[in-house]
Amino acid sequence: MSPSDYLYLGRPTGPIYLRVRAKGLWVGMLLALAALMLAGLALGAGALELSHAQVWQALLGEGPARLGAVVREWRLPRVVMALVVGGALGMSGAIFQSLIRNPLGSPDVIGFNTGAYTGALVTIILLQGSYFEIATGALVGGLAAALLVYLLAYRRGIQGFRLIIVGIAISAMLAAFNTWLMISASLESAMTAALWGAGSLNGITWDKALPSALFSLVAMVLTLLLGRRMALLEMGDDSASALGVPAERTRLQLMSLGVVLTAAATAAAGPISFIALAAPQIAQRLSRSHGTALLCAFWVGALLLLLADYCAQHLFAPRQLPVGIVTVSIGGLYLVWLLFRQSRLASS
Amino acid sequence: MTPARLSLAQPVPDEATPYHTEPATVRLRGQHLRLGYGDRVICPQLDVRIPDGSFTVIVGPNGCGKSTLLRSLCRLITPQAGQVYLDGKQIRDYPARTVAQQLGLLPQSATAPDGISVLDLVSRGRYPHQSLLRQWSPQDEIAVQTAMQATGVADLAGRAVDELSGGQRQRVWVAMALAQETPLLLLDEPTTYLDIAHQIELLELFRHLNRHNGRTLIAVLHDLNHACRYATHLIAMREGRIVAEGAPGKVVTADMVQQVFGLPCLVMADPVSHTPMVIPRGKVHMA
Repeated sequence: MSPSDYLYLGRPTGPIYLRVRAKGLWVGMLLALAALMLAGLALGAGALELSHAQVWQALLGEGPARLGAVVREWRLPRVVMALVVGGALGMSGAIFQSLIRNPLGSPDVIGFNTGAYTGALVTIILLQGSYFEIATGALVGGLAAALLVYLLAYRRGIQGFRLIIVGIAISAMLAAFNTWLMISASLESAMTAALWGAGSLNGITWDKALPSALFSLVAMVLTLLLGRRMALLEMGDDSASALGVPAERTRLQLMSLGVVLTAAATAAAGPISFIALAAPQIAQRLSRSHGTALLCAFWVGALLLLLADYCAQHLFAPRQLPVGIVTVSIGGLYLVWLLFRQSRLASS
Repeated sequence: MTPARLSLAQPVPDEATPYHTEPATVRLRGQHLRLGYGDRVICPQLDVRIPDGSFTVIVGPNGCGKSTLLRSLCRLITPQAGQVYLDGKQIRDYPARTVAQQLGLLPQSATAPDGISVLDLVSRGRYPHQSLLRQWSPQDEIAVQTAMQATGVADLAGRAVDELSGGQRQRVWVAMALAQETPLLLLDEPTTYLDIAHQIELLELFRHLNRHNGRTLIAVLHDLNHACRYATHLIAMREGRIVAEGAPGKVVTADMVQQVFGLPCLVMADPVSHTPMVIPRGKVHMA
């Protein structure tokens, strides 16, 4: 890499002067453009096909009120949440892969998703909760599982490998508990639970979306502010500390932000796998960046989930699939490929 | 034995008498340190002073606590008792960034992120001098270029660090620590895994930085002869205690080496540098 691969923003003597890698910036912008174009497409597609002009009119509040309602009240929250949830998952995956220094790292590793499912199941089956109660139950369950894993794995600081092992153990125990809850539930509750567990953006409205979206956005901004520290932490605790980054504290902050991002996504859409695992990897490959590109991971995650949701809605129309099913199917293939590649790298 | 004829880059303060071998200014020191991990105490009680402008080298057998001491000086580990002081103030009371502007570290193990370029890695050394809105500055540019030139890695700027040889890679890490431009620089076994030529090359670079840039260097070295040749101030440790301390020409004797390493040896003057040279007796039967 030569100095010309950098872009300089601001003035050298001014209050703002940044140096960014040109490639990462361009890739991020292209990804954002692609995601927004797909969003436009998704807003027009459905039982009521709309042209680009009609979508644009509806977004601006012009044109027939009926179309405005379809676009702004039905389709827009779903598209926006696909972007936010996907982006949040992509970023949270980037955080965990950076902290654990392993491409297989994801929020699932620390037992969050299984814990969230346990929380949701308890709320659905034992308490017959409403939508918001289920979301809260999932949050509590996920956070409790993550905290438990963190505490059990803590020994003079957190180490990636120990976190993975403890996470797998706790997840396995929670999964067994989840199965027991399911088989002891009434058929109706079990159906609701299974639907929640598949992960879906069906029937999302602004009311349901807003709290989660706000939490996500705040966490994303904080994560971006910690981005440089995260990159330094990848060089090992000693190097990071020597450069003035308090290692353990930064790791705890980043991990909390990763959990909040996953929590917000899970509360809105249920557990959606694969995005957090794949988005950072794809982002890294596209931007040829060393370390993890947070913004690129956001846009890849957003794009992936929007695409998956588009497929879930329209591939077998009029039948709608839960988007989680789509991401799991693609994710399974991706995981096999990743493991295959890693084992080949290891043996070579 | 000829004492080392090394001049300190730092001016000797007025109070220092000719008999006072240590310079009076000491920015970094540890007082009544007890160091260890949990129940395992490695250094029960330790006082250490790093003379300003010195090239201080800590030697001692494996497990004597020399790396532990170094790590406590740059607050990678917190002393169980006692304090480390920087400029008379407890080092733990400074913000992490302030310490990082004064005190650099070349750690024993550091991981280069996959595919990172030499230029990017060396640039990371500037982090303590940057802020959120001013992430780069002309001073950063100069510091990075100077560091890469001093370590001879300027030609490698565009290469990926993981493609380099061990010697080149170590010089890149040194360049990163140099770009940090700290008056104090700690080196944890900087020559390990390098061949003899690269070891000497690196040590010569350190000596140059010490003499001509006035930086205080504190290194842990395994090779006693390297320590004798390059150190201006030697600290010999055994079982968590400092056994001997001072200019190598004064403190390195056969008795001292026997006491510290349990190694029967002969000490003579190095024909090149005139510093002490340790020759192990081993089990060779003399004729």
